Formats: sequence, structure tokens, C-alpha cells
Amino acid sequence: MATSVTGQDVATQPSVEDAQERHAAPRGRLRTSAPMLAFLGRRLLSSAIVLLGATFIVYMVLALALDPLEDLRLSTNPNKEAMIESRIRQLDLDTPAPIRWAKWLGGIATCVIGRCDLGESVTGASVISLLGTAIPSTLQLVGAATFLAIGLGIVVGIASALRQYTGFDYGVTFMSFLLYSLPSFWVAVLLKLWGAIGFNDFLRNPVMSLPTIVGLSVIAGLLWQAVVGGPWRRRGITFLVSGVVTGVVLAAVSATRWLLDPRLGPIAIAILGVGAAFAVTALAAGLRNRRALYSSLTVVALGVALYYPLQSLFYYATAAMIIGLALAAIASGLLVGWLFGGPDRGQSMRAAAITAVIVGALTFVDRVMSVWKIYSESSRIAGRPIATIGAQTPGLSGSFWVETLDTFTHLVLPTTALILISFASYTRYSRASLLEVMNQDYIRTARAKGLPERVVTVRHAFRNALIPLATIVPLDIAYLFGGAIITERIFAWSGMGSLFLHSLASQDANPVMGYFIVVGTSLVLANIIVDFIYAALDPRIRVNA
Amino acid sequence: MTLPDPNPSTAGTVAPDEIDEIEIGNSIENAIELKEVEGLSQGRIVLRRFLRHRGAMTAAFVLIAVVLLVTTSIGWGPIPGWWRWSPTEFDDVVNPGGSPTLSFEGGLTIGSHPFGQDNLGRDVFARVMRGTQQSLIVMVIVGLVATSIGIVMGAVSGFLRGRIDNVLMRFTDMIITIPVIMIGAILGRLVATQGATAVMLGLALSLVTWTSMARLVRAEFLSLREREFVDAARVAGASNSRIMFKHMLPNAVGVIIVNTTLLMASAILLETALSYLGFGIRAPNVSLGTLIAEYQTAFATRPWLFWWPGLFIVLIALCVNFIGDGLRDAFDPRQRRIPSKRSMDRAAERAARRQAAAASATATTEASGA
Repeated sequence: MATSVTGQDVATQPSVEDAQERHAAPRGRLRTSAPMLAFLGRRLLSSAIVLLGATFIVYMVLALALDPLEDLRLSTNPNKEAMIESRIRQLDLDTPAPIRWAKWLGGIATCVIGRCDLGESVTGASVISLLGTAIPSTLQLVGAATFLAIGLGIVVGIASALRQYTGFDYGVTFMSFLLYSLPSFWVAVLLKLWGAIGFNDFLRNPVMSLPTIVGLSVIAGLLWQAVVGGPWRRRGITFLVSGVVTGVVLAAVSATRWLLDPRLGPIAIAILGVGAAFAVTALAAGLRNRRALYSSLTVVALGVALYYPLQSLFYYATAAMIIGLALAAIASGLLVGWLFGGPDRGQSMRAAAITAVIVGALTFVDRVMSVWKIYSESSRIAGRPIATIGAQTPGLSGSFWVETLDTFTHLVLPTTALILISFASYTRYSRASLLEVMNQDYIRTARAKGLPERVVTVRHAFRNALIPLATIVPLDIAYLFGGAIITERIFAWSGMGSLFLHSLASQDANPVMGYFIVVGTSLVLANIIVDFIYAALDPRIRVNA
Repeated sequence: MTLPDPNPSTAGTVAPDEIDEIEIGNSIENAIELKEVEGLSQGRIVLRRFLRHRGAMTAAFVLIAVVLLVTTSIGWGPIPGWWRWSPTEFDDVVNPGGSPTLSFEGGLTIGSHPFGQDNLGRDVFARVMRGTQQSLIVMVIVGLVATSIGIVMGAVSGFLRGRIDNVLMRFTDMIITIPVIMIGAILGRLVATQGATAVMLGLALSLVTWTSMARLVRAEFLSLREREFVDAARVAGASNSRIMFKHMLPNAVGVIIVNTTLLMASAILLETALSYLGFGIRAPNVSLGTLIAEYQTAFATRPWLFWWPGLFIVLIALCVNFIGDGLRDAFDPRQRRIPSKRSMDRAAERAARRQAAAASATATTEASGA
């Protein structure tokens, strides 16, 4: 309406001016949000075009590279000709590839109305159903590994940046370069030998010799003193304390043959929980914040008190129940922190909630451990619990806990392999980004106004150092859907990577295209999300439409 | 302590030698910095910084040693090498199971098969050397070809901008959307039907790995084209291609070289991974990846078959990565040699001592003045 009015002679109609004035307010509001919408629209459009082009490229290269009739041509079957005929008809090989691509695209377009058609594999299975089984299993494998790698990488990178130009920093830098240069297939096979075969052999008689214990203690001591750093006196004390503690724990584990029937029990949970409470409080609120410390300790006491009641509840455990309990733990942590009150409730709540999650996780691990003995002595496992192949032990049936443990023992090796390979880049990124932030003026201001170094690092530097990482993580999550092609192959995990390799090896184009459409779409979407995250987190960056 | 008076003639209470000392300190620092770069071209400065980078220099020496060993030992093509076995030759198994004759007991003994033999009696050293040759060929071809494609794409779109830039960059986006290992495997499969040689595979992989280089060069050219020397060249009548490749390209060489090394490090990992999966170099040709694939089943009984190829992959990739890191530091104009914590502490101590000495000196002058 406004445009039609302004189209007339404005100067002779003062009332129109008023109308325009009145319209100015909503139009102004529109103007602030319109660039965002226009930007989103343009991004979506150009991404769709890019994705379309990419599918065309892949389709053409596949048509060139694969020969779906190869196996039939080599076969000695008497009705070879008929089989070739039927496959040509099944895969529509008489039409030229570009037209087939257009038809395939038409199948995808039906996704809009709710029924997708991504074609069929050579064996006649629908690609949608193949993807439907592959995606969850890939997410299970790669999801855990990615999030662990991100967490670990950030922690190590931050520690390395805070100890810049020390032995620890150089060590971490060298390690990350080494991990960068490791071929993943080599690492995976090595892990299979040492991690699985070696550890399973060790479990037959899990007793460590004295030199082993001493050696491991010395290594642990050296590592800790390098992390803690500081003057030589403090380093020495750290070395001694951590070395002795490691030695005592290892000796106890070895003497009691703990690895054959591991349990934590309420006492160990209490000790570890108190340690976690102190550590979390020290990082999140500072130990001088008594309220935060006491609320964390209260949560630990609560967790230990609930240990025995929970055991009976665990008997009926399902996955949903575990998730519910985890949420309950977070909620109770928040509540305890809130009840302790004080001027800054948020800190206490945060510290208590994190502690609650840790104590809950310890209780969960303890329960899983309790079936270890039954599990490893069962006939299917026969004393070799760390698995090298597949996602679960075939023919094994048991309670929720046995199945959970079975999943864990199958996940541990591929997850370790994936973490080793991917965590190096997160270390580098977080180190570089924290160093850059730490050299900025506002950090100097924060120090100059007398804030303790913990507050400067955690509250001022750390959060901003995470911004560049926030732009990498969505892309990595998108790559999750592609699976880990090599790791899945070596550990015989039937996820997306295996689907791709198997289809490529058997000259089967449609599943490969299905694989690509999943990976490509998630990548393109992740790129858009990254743009928005960046614009939202960093006020210096403006969306220009 | 009072601030130095702007007018030196009235600065009675401030020790005059203190001002001098600050100025002298500054001038010494400047002198040190000047001395580091005085009379040197940009290239010399970069070279100097690189030569000072200990990690990169070590890596460069190791890499040169590996390349020399690989090229001379079993020979290359028609050129004969000094090693007595060829990769395809069979010999009687020397040690039980063909284990390596290399040992460190009682001094270094090399023996006839230092890396051991496989189950057929072939010399593992010769096979690893041949595999490394193939992997190096792929790495170098990817480094050269992918870099060239990336430079041309990036330079054209960054310099010409407008519609050409739009088209080229959308095309780059398309290639980026396809996971490298996926399209690499498909191309490897395509190459395999034509007989997979290292050269063919290298060319195929170059077709999909140039994207990051194109983006970097484009960004560099977008900022370079606004500089005065480009206008000067245009006024002097230089053509577009001359401006791009004669005037602007040398200014972008830092980014390009650094990215090339990183590209080469990832190329050798990509090639070995594809060969391992069976979509790269194939038998009878050997690469480090096919060696590992071939020998992984014998891992429990003959671990040496598996060790050596992996070790060479790690060695080459690690060296190239370290060289790239050193080059990045050397080309970084903002880079300054940051003193270590200990030397900073020592400098602070010295400064404190000097301040104390100056304070006492002031006190004595004041006392003597009073």
C-alpha cells in the first residue's frame, strides 16, 4: 500500500507524508531483519545450485568409472545375455548418463512430498533403506569419537597455550604434528594388535611387574609436572606426588587383580567425586567461592547416599531411564547450587551441575563394570573382551548392562583410532586461537584491574577463543554422516563408509550417490550454519546482504 | 619516580643518565632488529628465518636423506642402483621366518636383508624403496599440478572479479562439497581401468585437491590488486596476464609455497589410504599403501612387513609438515622471535636492578645536591 501511495505526487499531499511516517516504523523493523532473511535466502539458493552441480559431477564421474555389467560379463552362467538385459533394464543403462541424472534428481524431488526415491542398488535393495541402517551405526561410531576428540583437543590445546614455549608446549606441538602425519589405516591396524590382542593376552594374568609400575609412575609424574609447570620446587613436588599416587594405584590394581573384576564402589566414587568437586569448583568458580565448593560437595554426598537405592533401580534399566537419570542429576545440581544462594548463584549452580554429571557418570560406569566379570567369562567372549570387529558380539544376549558393555568393548578401539587422528587439529586450533586472544588489549585490561588469572583465562579469554572453533565443529559434525571410511573398513563396522566402499567395489552407482547426497547436503547446511554462528557470536562480523 | 621533563634544561632532579639509558636501550633494540634485516632482500630474510628454524631444517635434512636413499638404492627406471636385490627378486629365506637381519647387538650389523623378507623371500627393503618411489611421485605430481590449477583458478577469479569470479568460485564450491577421499576413490577406480600408474593417479588426485589453493590465492589476489604497483604496471601498458603472473604472483608466493607443502603432506596420506583400500596404485605396482594392505594379515607373525612401509609414510609426511610449518613462520611478516619466559624474567631482573641502581644514584645526587 505504501508503495502505491508514494507513487503519486507526494508534494501536494501532506497526508501521504503522514502515512509514510506511520509506515516508517514497521518498515524500519523489517529493514533490520530483512538482510538476515535475504542473506539466508541467497545462501540457500546458491548452496542448492552448488549441491546440484556437485551431484552432476559425481554422477558423471561414476558413470565413467563404473561398469555395472562387469560381473555378469565375466560370469559363465548360460543365460548370461538375459541377465545382462534385465540389469540394463533395471538400471536404465540404455539412456545416456545426463538424462539418467535428471531422472535420479526427479526421484530426489519426490522427497518434498514425503516419499523419497534414491533408486536401487544392483541387488535390488532400495538406497533409502540401505542409508537408513548405515546412518545410525555410523553416528554411533563417529559421534562419540568426534565429541571426545573435540573436548580432549580443546583441553590439551588450552593447556599448551597457557604453557607457551615450555617443554610441555613443544611436546604437544610435536605430538600433534606426529598425529597429523599418521596414516589412519596404519594406526588402526596397530591398535588392533596392541590394543586388542595385547591387552586381551595381558588380561589372562593381569599382574604388572615392579619395573613396569615404576616406569609408568615416572612417566605419569613427568607428565603432570610438565602440565602444572611453575618453578622447580613446585614441579618437583608435583612430580613426587603424582608419581607416588600413580604407583600406589597401579600396585593396588595389579595386586588385587582388579582388572578381572573391576568395581568402584561407593568409597571410590566418594573419593573421586570429592576430587572432581574441587577441580570443577577451582575451574568454574575458584576455590575461594565457598558456596560453589559446598554445593558441589553436597552434590557428591547426595550421589554417594543414593548409590545403593540406585542399584536396585538399575535392575530395570533402559536407555531412556539412563538419559532421564542424567537429566535428573543436572537438575538436582542446579537446584543445590540455587539453594546455596549467595550473590552469584550461577557459578554455584554451574559447578554443582557439572559435578553431578561426573558423579552420575561414575555411578553408571561402576554399574557397567559390575557385569565385566560375567561378560568376559561368558562363552561367547571367552576371556577376550576387547573386540576388533563389528558392532556387537553375535549371539550374545544379556541384560541392558551386558549389552551396554558389549557396545563399549566394540567401540573402544575404533573410537581411539579416530580420536588419535582427529584430535591433533583441534589442539592446534584451540592453541592458536587462545594465544591470539591472550595477546589482546582487553585481556591486559582484565589483568590490570586485578582479576585473578583464573577469571581472566576462563571467563575472558577462553570463551572468545572458542569462537573460531565454533565455525569448525559444525563442518566436522557434517562430516560425521560420511563416516570414517578407513576406520569402518578395518574394524568391519557396517556404517556409511562401508556402504560407500562396498558399493564402489561392486560397481554400484546408486548407493554411492545416496551416500554423497547425505554427506553433501549436511556439509552445505553446516556451512550455512557456520555463517550464522559466526555472525551471532562475533559482533565484528556483519551479514552483508 | 618523576617523569622525565620535556625540557631537559629544567630536569634537575631526574638523573640525566637515566633518560640516556632508556634511549640507548631502545636504540640497541632497534640496532639489533636492523642488523637482522639490514641490506637484505625479502627473499634473503625469509631464507634466513627458515634456516634458523631448527625443526624445519632437521626435517629438510631427513627428507633429503630419504629421497636420496630411495632414488639411489634400487635405481630409478633405467638407472641402476647400489642395492643388490630388486623388489621382485626371490631369495632363500635367510633368517627364520624372514625376520630382519638388521640388528644392534654387538654393534650395527646390516646383513643381506636388513628390513627382512616376506613369505615369498622377497627383500622388504627393496619393496619399501619401490613403494616409496611411487608414493613420492604421486606426492610431487599432486604438489605441482594441483598447485598450478589452484593458482590459475584463484588468480583469474581474484584478479578479474565479477561474473568470472562468481562462476569459478561456485565451481570450486562444488568440488569442495565432494569429500576428497570419496571422489579420490572414484577417480582411482577410473584410473585403474586404464592401468594405474603413479603418474595417472597423481594427475587424477590433482583434479580434486586444488580447491583450498584456489581460495587462498583468490583472497591474496583480491587484496593485491588494490595496491599501487598494479596500477603502475597497468599504466605502463602491461597486459592482464603479465600483471597477474609477473607482478602479483611473486607477492603471493609465501601463501602458495606454504600451502603447497601442506597439500603434499596430505597428498601422500591420501594416496597411501586409497592404495590401501584398493582404489589407488595396484599390483604388480607397489606403493606404501599397497604394501601395508598386502602385509596386514601377516601382522601377528611378521610384524616387520608392516612396520617399515608405515614408518616411511610417517617419516615423509612428518618432514613435509615440519618444513611447511617452518616456511609459514619464515614468510610471516608479523613474526618476531619471541623471547622465552626465562630470558624475559632475566631481562626483568636486569631492569629492576638498573632501576634500583638509578634510584640510588638519584638519591646520591639529591643528597650531594642538598
